[in-house]
Amino acid sequence: MREPLGQDELVRRVAAREPCGVARAISVVEDRRPAAEATTVELLRKLGKATDPLRASRIGITGPPGVGKSSLMSALAKAIRAGGRTVGVLAVDPSSPRSGGALLGDRARIEIDPDDTGLFVRSMASGGDLGGLARSAGAAIDVLSAAYDVVLVETTGVGQSETDVEHVTDTVLMVIQPGSGDVLQFLKAGIIEIPDVFAVNKADLGSIAERAVAELASALAAAHAGEPRPPPPVVLTSATSQIGIQKLVEALDGHRAELVGVGELAARRARESARWALRLFLTRWGEQGAEDVGGRARVLSLLEESIRGGATAVEAVSQIRVR
Amino acid sequence: MNVKKDSPWIMRTYSGHSSPKASNELYKQNLAKGQTGLSVAFDLPTQTGYDSDHVLARGEVGRTGVPICHIGDMRTLFEGISLEAMNTSMTINATAAWLLSLYIAVAEEQGADTRKLRGTTQNDIIKEYLSRGTYIFPPEPSMRLIADTVQYTVENVPEWNPTNICSYHLQEAGATPEQEVAYALSTAIAVLDTVRARGIAGAVLTDTFSRLSFFVNSSIRFVDEVCKQRAFGRLWEKLGRERYGITDEKALRFRYGVQVNSLGLTEAQPENNIVRIVLEMLGVTLSKKARARAIQLPAWNEALGLPRPWDQQLSLRSQQILAYETDLLEFGDILDGSPVIEARVKAIADAAWAEVEAVLSRGGIVPAVEYVKERLVASHAARIAGIERGDQIVVGVNKFTETAPSPLQTEGGADAILRVDPAAEKEQIARLVAWRQGRDAGAVERALAALREAAKTGQNIMPASIAAAKAGVTTGEWGGLLREVFGEYRAPTGVAGARSVAGDPKALDALREKVVALQKTLGRRPKLLVGKPGLDGHSNGAEQIALRARDAGFEVVYEGIRVTPQQLARAAADEGVHLVGLSILSGAHLDLVREVLEQMKKRGLSGIPVVAGGIIPETDADELRKAGVRAVYTPKDFQISRILGELVDYVREAHAA
Repeated sequence: MREPLGQDELVRRVAAREPCGVARAISVVEDRRPAAEATTVELLRKLGKATDPLRASRIGITGPPGVGKSSLMSALAKAIRAGGRTVGVLAVDPSSPRSGGALLGDRARIEIDPDDTGLFVRSMASGGDLGGLARSAGAAIDVLSAAYDVVLVETTGVGQSETDVEHVTDTVLMVIQPGSGDVLQFLKAGIIEIPDVFAVNKADLGSIAERAVAELASALAAAHAGEPRPPPPVVLTSATSQIGIQKLVEALDGHRAELVGVGELAARRARESARWALRLFLTRWGEQGAEDVGGRARVLSLLEESIRGGATAVEAVSQIRVR
Repeated sequence: MNVKKDSPWIMRTYSGHSSPKASNELYKQNLAKGQTGLSVAFDLPTQTGYDSDHVLARGEVGRTGVPICHIGDMRTLFEGISLEAMNTSMTINATAAWLLSLYIAVAEEQGADTRKLRGTTQNDIIKEYLSRGTYIFPPEPSMRLIADTVQYTVENVPEWNPTNICSYHLQEAGATPEQEVAYALSTAIAVLDTVRARGIAGAVLTDTFSRLSFFVNSSIRFVDEVCKQRAFGRLWEKLGRERYGITDEKALRFRYGVQVNSLGLTEAQPENNIVRIVLEMLGVTLSKKARARAIQLPAWNEALGLPRPWDQQLSLRSQQILAYETDLLEFGDILDGSPVIEARVKAIADAAWAEVEAVLSRGGIVPAVEYVKERLVASHAARIAGIERGDQIVVGVNKFTETAPSPLQTEGGADAILRVDPAAEKEQIARLVAWRQGRDAGAVERALAALREAAKTGQNIMPASIAAAKAGVTTGEWGGLLREVFGEYRAPTGVAGARSVAGDPKALDALREKVVALQKTLGRRPKLLVGKPGLDGHSNGAEQIALRARDAGFEVVYEGIRVTPQQLARAAADEGVHLVGLSILSGAHLDLVREVLEQMKKRGLSGIPVVAGGIIPETDADELRKAGVRAVYTPKDFQISRILGELVDYVREAHAA
């Protein structure tokens, strides 16, 4: 169709934030044919060398379906862009379990200036095999990180979205709806420990929303009792009425500043990246594959070792030999 | 039988095109032919609050109706037509308050007694969200504008029907008779509840109830249609008595106008549509008790393009023959007492009422918009599947397709449709520019400030809008100011939650295999961008393609309506799609598709195949193919799975090149 681009040229175009270049690089890492793996590994390695992998803020947005994640993400993307930073968005929508096809429509809610190369939106189907995120999501986030200041990842909010998104981003934003009983569900499921920032969306609901903020804050305080770090911030927002968006941006930036301040960013990346790599490994080889290598813990430590040595998750998985 | 002969319904033709002057001439011709009312079709920029020179208006000016940018245009539109004597229906929704203001202002200029003005503003935003797509503002300010016009007219223009709640477009979007009745009544409830919440009660509430009218659809299943209209009337009365405490018998009457079904009109053997239209008219006239107050008929060639004056005349003559030649109006209600009719009426009424309650349990139609949209998308998918399977016979389309060449279509080699003069848009813009220069800028400024004040403080929008009309404010200024104050809305597409039904399961299975094979070649799932560029909001076709493509295994990016060619090209780039499918039903396909191709070329995306669907005459299709469009689909291509199979081939072929 289009003449093949040399990898170096593609890397240059990604680093220069050319939308077509970024889009093609993502299409490359989405290629699931076994023969394509080497190309993905090479491309990601080159991107990692050409740019600083820790430079981009990676923010994951999760929360149950219907809470207004898309509109909130759209408002966030606009606000961050208006503040002068460039933004790359990866929006994940569920795949149909019957056909494997997908409807990717949420992009519509982010109205972008078609000539602004500082804002990029890509949608991706969840693919179904990992529950929450598609297999290629991690690699796509690596591509976006090489191009943009901030990378926003919106999950479907079902399956293993929360844990998956924790593995591929630095800051997890959980969006919940007032009066929905979500807080209780999360407490029960232990999911409440994952998010770094909470947004109680639909502030338009007034007192119900304010009550939800208070309830959540006290639940978090209780869960964090005796810990050195303060509980994560809770922000009241409304995407439709543009309430609390700037505050939310500050809270997200605050979390990253904290990670950087205590020198934990690189460590967190490596740790989570290894966990994501383990998920990729298990999808490919299954539990039996892990047994063959010597058990899950063994696989994880091998992966961690490669990643500390500079490998990406995909590369680390490709380096493990399974009989 | 000595029943006094009934007077005929108001006969109209939905019309308007090119320019106010051309439309005025058409109206005068139509009235001379015996039409008894006018039905104004506005172009899409006017319907969505843009001036003719706005970037989104490109290619759309004068296309689906007449462009009205200011009071000068409105004056020209009705020149030589007494508005005091006329009964005018205006198909206008998001900007209804504005067009009504222009109408009232022109009537005053003519010296008319505005208390005597008769007609309707469609003014139903819910069905715009659900089906037709010319909405602007979010639900809350939209409902407020409707309530403002209702309150204003009940007080000042008492014979006007301020809102003409439309089940018409619900049927076009796939609604069953029960859904049509239920969702239209739910919309009426939303309007009446909004008005009542303003403290309106007693005699004024009765007046308000009595001024609400409906605009319904009538399909080829004319027995069902007769029963549907009777069920409508029964439930309307029940609603008035039980929910609003109305006791006045006259106020409780269900009043409705009709445009018969366009959905069922076919592109294949289009002359057959003449028969369909007449049968559909029977559905709304047979029962005296449930007879339409006003009828407008589509033309036989609507699936081909814009009808010519002669085509519209044939439709008017059909109405006149039924009303004046036949004996229909000499009898009382000929269906009263039929147990068969009664049973069907009851069944529709019961099911519709249950659905009204389902909507109310979700907080009413406004919060339930997404639920309703999903139900409609699913019904439409079922309807299309029935035609594909052949369960629902459409003569000339999926049965009896053998045909002799039609002399109506081939004579003279022309398309047998009306062509809008491409110079019309330029001329309209030139007049608009001159208008802006010629008006009193200070007066415009002051009128806009007063309008902003009214919009912000919640005063009734009508007086400030009428004053703005008189000051020379433009449609784009009115719409732009309210956009600033109210914000804009995007309606749910309804596709994500809707399950589709395969027409032919075997064809779908074969298609899935093709998609999987393609996936192996591409390395990832084929990704398709479905786009609706321009202002056309008729999204039913795009939604059905998107739905079936998902079920076939495609990844489908669908961004909803009103997307610019620039945005589409950018989306095609960012999303890394393998094919772009464009759907345009407004007739602006030549300009818009070329613009998309141009924008894609600019971004280095010329290798991605583009297909187009819509009401596209063969000569235009040729031009599009020459410009680089891979394939053109029109209403005669009803087998969605076959279309998708071809898309797989186009992607494969582009990939190999």
